[in-house]
Amino acid sequence: MAQAAAHDTAHAQGQHQGQHHPIRLYLVVWGWLFILSAFSYLVDYFQLEGALRYTLILLFMMLKAGLIVAVFMHMAWERLALVYAILVPVAALFVFVGIMVFEADYTLLSRVLFFEPGA
Amino acid sequence: MAEAAVTGRAQVYTAQPGLKGVAGDFASDQRAFKNVSWGKAMMWIFLLSDTFVFSCFLIAYMTARMSTTVPWPNASEVFALTIGGVTLPLILIAIMTFVLISSSGTMAMAVNFAYRRDRRKTAILMLVTAILGAAFVGMQAFEWSKLIHEGVRPWGNPWGAAQFGSSFFMITGFHGTHVTFGVIFLLIVARKVWRGDYDTERRGFFTSRRGSYEAVEIMGLYWHFVDLVWVFIFAFFYLW
Repeated sequence: MAQAAAHDTAHAQGQHQGQHHPIRLYLVVWGWLFILSAFSYLVDYFQLEGALRYTLILLFMMLKAGLIVAVFMHMAWERLALVYAILVPVAALFVFVGIMVFEADYTLLSRVLFFEPGA
Repeated sequence: MAEAAVTGRAQVYTAQPGLKGVAGDFASDQRAFKNVSWGKAMMWIFLLSDTFVFSCFLIAYMTARMSTTVPWPNASEVFALTIGGVTLPLILIAIMTFVLISSSGTMAMAVNFAYRRDRRKTAILMLVTAILGAAFVGMQAFEWSKLIHEGVRPWGNPWGAAQFGSSFFMITGFHGTHVTFGVIFLLIVARKVWRGDYDTERRGFFTSRRGSYEAVEIMGLYWHFVDLVWVFIFAFFYLW
């Protein structure tokens, strides 16, 4: 317990002076971001269609976003209270997206029914 | 609890693991974000609010695109360029993506050298970041003028749904504005690093607070956020 506390204190002090990580870490992440971007571009280049296209786009997007936030923005080493304060409110956006999907479907239905007879 | 009394002040900053620590921090006196300076905490909160602004644009774009009865223009063809007789789909956007990711890489290394107190390397890497950012804005200006020349307007375009133009100009315009302001702030902070403001703790001209190398990390947070937003714009607007 005492040892754990001492370790935490040292960690906390290290945090206070700033983030210290080997430069290699940033170069590796940079390389991965390049590879993932190249993959996203290839999804369009090879004209992939349907569910495969959307799955790959979302997968590469989330991986890139995760790497940028976790490593480049140092979120992986921040105190949990800050991480939750920033990341949890973002969940509200999924609700917003859900609401607008229903709204868009309804608008499309009205347009098809009333403004495009015969379509 | 005997250790808590002995270690005294330092104990205040140690968190219990997991949710208990989070609850403890938020329930504590005066500051919720221990070990996080006010500057960094406020930048994060600003970035969260900016996340909602960009999300509103992207969700508006989603709603417009889902609810229109007219086919959406094919971004792959709209943004294709012919280079040396070969037509490459989306090539300019791909180059812009790589330029912005590279600028994020140089910025991350600038933050690292700032904490090593390497004044020269930090300033040079920040300048490289600013140059890459300016190149990005330049390519965006080229793309805008090309599309405007081809007849894209906020109220219509030659290829399909009228909302394509307004979504495009709004989303990429707002992002480009963020990049432009980022370049300006990068140059300001790089000048301070070069001059040694953060070594001598010279007071800022606006806030009158002591300078510290953490300013480079806070600047970096903003810059990485601009790159982060581009990841989502690239996926949803250009690739979808």
